[in-house]
Amino acid sequence: MKLLKNGTLFLCLPVTVALLASAPPEMAEDANPPVAEQEELIAVAPPPFSEGIFPCSDCHDPEDDVDKDPRVVDFHDTVDFNHANESRWCLDCHDAENRDMLHLADGRLISFEESYRLCGQCHAQQMNDWKAGDHGRRTGSWSGRKEYLLCAHCHDPHSPAFKPVAPMPPPIRQEKIR
Amino acid sequence: MKERSDTDPHGVKRRDVIKSLFALAATYTTSGCQRDADSLSNFFHTHFKRMSPEKLADTLASWERRYKKRYNRDVRVTATPAQEGVLFGYALDVSRCIGCRRCVYACVDENNQSRDPQIQWIQVLEMDNKHGIDLRHADAYYDAEEVPRDDKFYFPVQCQQCENPACVKSCPVNATWKDPDGIVVIDYEWCVGCRCCVTACPYGARHFNWAKPTLTADQLNPDTEYLGNRPRPQGVVEKCTFCMQRARKGRYPACVEVCPVGARKFGNLLDPKSEINYILKNHRIYILKEELNTQPKFFYYFST
Repeated sequence: MKLLKNGTLFLCLPVTVALLASAPPEMAEDANPPVAEQEELIAVAPPPFSEGIFPCSDCHDPEDDVDKDPRVVDFHDTVDFNHANESRWCLDCHDAENRDMLHLADGRLISFEESYRLCGQCHAQQMNDWKAGDHGRRTGSWSGRKEYLLCAHCHDPHSPAFKPVAPMPPPIRQEKIR
Repeated sequence: MKERSDTDPHGVKRRDVIKSLFALAATYTTSGCQRDADSLSNFFHTHFKRMSPEKLADTLASWERRYKKRYNRDVRVTATPAQEGVLFGYALDVSRCIGCRRCVYACVDENNQSRDPQIQWIQVLEMDNKHGIDLRHADAYYDAEEVPRDDKFYFPVQCQQCENPACVKSCPVNATWKDPDGIVVIDYEWCVGCRCCVTACPYGARHFNWAKPTLTADQLNPDTEYLGNRPRPQGVVEKCTFCMQRARKGRYPACVEVCPVGARKFGNLLDPKSEINYILKNHRIYILKEELNTQPKFFYYFST
C-alpha cells in the first residue's frame, strides 16, 4: 500500500477535514512533509482483528434498522472500552451502513487497513510522528524499505493505553557469576 | 672410584629420554596438523587491518570451518566493510521505555553472547522519578512483577559508539578501533585480555569473557561478523556493535526491532532525511556523561 500519496497526507483533524477535502492536493500537504517521502511503506501484518469477529457483515445485515443511540451493545459487552467513553461509542468509528468499514468524522469510508487516518483525526501529532518514523516501531531497513505497524497493532483502539507487562528476568549479579 | 654411567638412579637412560621427547614433538606436530590445521594457522594470526584480501578470505573461511566443526552447523563469518557516507546514530526514547528487557534478550540471541557465565550487552537501569537521571539511584537488577512500576522510569545503557572513544585510546595493542561508520569494533584474535578498555569505558559497555563462553548449537546465530557477533573465545573483551551484521546490510539492530513500545530508533546521521535526524531535530536530547567529551552517537530523548 502506498502510504504517502498526496491524498493520505491530510491532517485529518475533524475541523479541517471538510475544508481540505475540496482543496487541491498540494494545499493539503503538510507544511513540513514527512521525511521518507519517496520510500514505500508496507504493512507488516493485516489489521489485528479479534478472532471470529470479522467480517462484521456476517452478522450485521445492511438492510437492518440501526438504533443509533449511544449505549452498550449486549453482544459486544466484552469489549473493554476505555477511550474517551463519555463522548464516544461504536458508531463514531464503525460505519452503520457499511459494516466492514470505518468512517472518518466527515463520513468518508475507510478500510481497516487505513485505520491510522481515523486515529489521526484526533492524534494528528502522533500520526505525523509515526509517518516520519518517530512514533511507533518500525522494522525492515534503515536505508530503504520500512515496514510499519498500524496504530491498532500496539494500541487496542477500544482501550489504547499500554497495559503493564511482565519484564524478562534481571541479570545475574556480578558477584554470583563464577 | 665410581664408574661413570649415563643411567640415572632409577635406571632410565638419558638417551632414551631425549629420544622420546623428539618422538613426542614429532607426533604432536604431525597429528596436530592433521587434527586442526586451522587452529595451527590461527596461532600465527595477523591483525585484522594488516590482512591482505587473500589472507582475510582465508581467515574467514578457516573460522567458518572451525565453527562448523564446533557447532555442527553452517556458520557464515563475514567482514562487511562500512558503507560509504554512513555514520550510525541511535536514539532511545526514555519517556516511552517501560523496562521490559526484551531488548536485552533479543541482543543476546542475535549476538551469540555467552549464556553461562552470563554476558549481556544492554543494561536496563531503573531510576526514580524524584531523582531524575542519576546513576547513584539506578538499579539494573530490579525484579518486578510488572513494569513500568509507579514512580520509576527506565534507562537502558549499552555501548554509546563514542566519536571520541576512551576504550580505543586505552588499548595497548590496537585490538579495538572505530570504523568509518562510527562502530567501535574489537579484533578478538588481537585482544590480549588486559581489560584496560573495560575500565576506561565510562558506560560499563565492555564485557570480559572470564571463562569459556557457553553457547549451544541451537542458541547460535549463524549469521556472523568477524569483528562482531561471531562466537568469542575465553579471555577477550566484547561489546555492542549496533548489530553490525545487520546494520551494515541495511537492517535495523535487533533491539530496535524487538522494542514493544518503539522507543528505539536507528539510522544514518549523515542522511538529512533519516528518521534519526528527524528525531534529533524535533526532541530534547540527553547525552549520558556528556561532560566526559566522549561524544556518544547514542542519544536519549524525551518525546512526551
